[in-house]
Amino acid sequence: MSLDLLTYMFIGGSFALYIGIAIWARAGSTKEFYVAGGGVPPVANGMATAADWMSAASFISLAGIVSFIGRDGAAYLMGWTGGYVLLAMLLAPYLRKFGKFTVPDFVGDRYYSSTARTIAVICTIVISFTYVAGQMRGVGIVFSRYLHVDINTGVIVGMVIVFFYAVLGGMKGITYTQVAQYCVLIMAFMVPAFFLSMQVTGHFLPQTGLGATLDTGKSVLATLNDLSVELGFDQYTQGNKSTIDMFFMTAALMCGTAGLPHVIVRFFTVPRVKDARISAGWALIFIAILYTTVPAVAGFGRVNLIETINGPDNAGVEYTQMPSWFKNWESSGLIGWADKNGDGKVQYLAGSAFEGGKPEFLDQRGEYGQRLTGNASVSANEVYVDRDIMVLANPEIANLPDWVIALVAAGAVAAALSTAAGLLLVISTSISHDLMKKTINPNITDQQELTYARLAAIVAIIIAGYFGINPPGFVAQVVALAFGLAASSVFPAIILGIFSTRMNTQGAVSGMLVGLSVTIAYIVYFKFMGGTPDQLLFGISPEGFGTVGMLLNFTVALLVSAMTPEPPAEIQTIIEDIRIPRGAGEAHTH
Amino acid sequence: MADDKSKAAQYWSTNLRLILGSLVVWAFVSYGCGILFRPLLSGISVGGTDLGFWFAQQGSILTFIGIIFFYAWRMNKLDKEMGLEE
Repeated sequence: MSLDLLTYMFIGGSFALYIGIAIWARAGSTKEFYVAGGGVPPVANGMATAADWMSAASFISLAGIVSFIGRDGAAYLMGWTGGYVLLAMLLAPYLRKFGKFTVPDFVGDRYYSSTARTIAVICTIVISFTYVAGQMRGVGIVFSRYLHVDINTGVIVGMVIVFFYAVLGGMKGITYTQVAQYCVLIMAFMVPAFFLSMQVTGHFLPQTGLGATLDTGKSVLATLNDLSVELGFDQYTQGNKSTIDMFFMTAALMCGTAGLPHVIVRFFTVPRVKDARISAGWALIFIAILYTTVPAVAGFGRVNLIETINGPDNAGVEYTQMPSWFKNWESSGLIGWADKNGDGKVQYLAGSAFEGGKPEFLDQRGEYGQRLTGNASVSANEVYVDRDIMVLANPEIANLPDWVIALVAAGAVAAALSTAAGLLLVISTSISHDLMKKTINPNITDQQELTYARLAAIVAIIIAGYFGINPPGFVAQVVALAFGLAASSVFPAIILGIFSTRMNTQGAVSGMLVGLSVTIAYIVYFKFMGGTPDQLLFGISPEGFGTVGMLLNFTVALLVSAMTPEPPAEIQTIIEDIRIPRGAGEAHTH
Repeated sequence: MADDKSKAAQYWSTNLRLILGSLVVWAFVSYGCGILFRPLLSGISVGGTDLGFWFAQQGSILTFIGIIFFYAWRMNKLDKEMGLEE
């Protein structure tokens, strides 16, 4: 059977499954649409949270990032998992006890203020749109690479599928689809990793394989260090980020994770307070299966890549002798080669092989059949390797059967779709519930609100699809913004709302405004207005600045609230009530 | 009523102590072993590299899971002991 046919079967089969689940789990009320009726068992909720959380970036790009930056990649590994500890202890149980549907619900009610609610709504919508644009693009890219269709066609197919189960099923449909999507994506990630680990180290488990010793008598990581130094890179296990930057970046990603509305809302769907705590644990187990495999895939992938490209003697391999995956991915533009020294051999070294980083392909082939490029740099490095290749090309590099390649394609689509659906739901809920019902017209009925939610989901899908087809150039940069915003606005407001009975509207609102504006200003200055690295405050990169914004938010909020009147007695009673599990019952229907 | 109030206050302060303890472990493995104390751990070798690298890329994640399950178990027990469970 051809690879194309297999890929169509795997992706088509998974789509049929998702649609089937969507029809089975249609939402009939706003409560089902917003929080799946509040009856999702904790293990299933953990699985759905894991699929919701692990996006196209986790599935496709993370191993590549770690592979190319080595030890510094730990900021992402720890940052994107450590937030669940915060969720389990500081947010999830109390928000579940509070028993409303959304994050702006909590912020608005707790601070008895429509200003606070509106700030939370704006943050929620900006964070979610930032994220979702990348997901739709991810679906399009996978389709175009594996099925040879236009990226735009891929985006539209993705839109139609998400439309089906997000609009029909709401949170209920999404939750059960995400459980299925988790199974697809984790198999797709683990199967090639098992094969790769067996081939490179003889260990079945990639996690232990990473510490294994190779036939040469050296360990995997020692081999990587030696290879990296020989080629002019930093030592793989050393890293070159400053300690303070690692610190702030990890903290921003952890607190940002705990403040992301589409993650928080998942804990509203479980039946009891104790389920909210434990389902954060299940979520992290399901996430950790992938996240602890990532460093192994990154390490093996890099050894394989360097040894294949540079050959056993590290002197380069003739282009004509390169395995077919090298040429396949060159055709897709993820690999580029410029024969700078004219020896017909491919040499991979440290340094950027092309001016501006990425190769600009001319529409011609060279004497060995390679794609010619127009922007070779002076560096002796001849090869550009896109980081996404570490996961996407793994099955081919390891010579795995075609069905594994098809499985990886289906897994990447599942990762992107599950995250997109969760985000779209949060956007539509913010609009129908927090804006329409709570702010503009409180008199609408449950059925009308449900209709608004579905309409808002449709509009959100169309906007997300538009961004997927016409990606704004800043998609990669704004991920820093999403985490920075969550860490510097939503996260402190919720924590203070639970842990301080004294915190009032004035404190929370001024804290959020200060945290937001400082973080946005810093990120915009360094990402869009040409700020240079030597201007960084204490060397903190924009990705890590959310931590500074968060600290400012806490400080300002506490100072301002100390100088203004304490919140009304009934609010203080509510806070004392959400701290104990008893009497939680079901999510309120208002 | 007064009894309920003092019980709730006691429940909350026990919870806060538990959270604080868990957060110390959480910060120790990630920010501590993974980032700050890495130079101190460089002499301890695991799997061809130092212990700090292992904590940063694997160990901290595994510890996080342990912390959450420990916290959930202790809190469930506390809920029952104080009769504040649902």
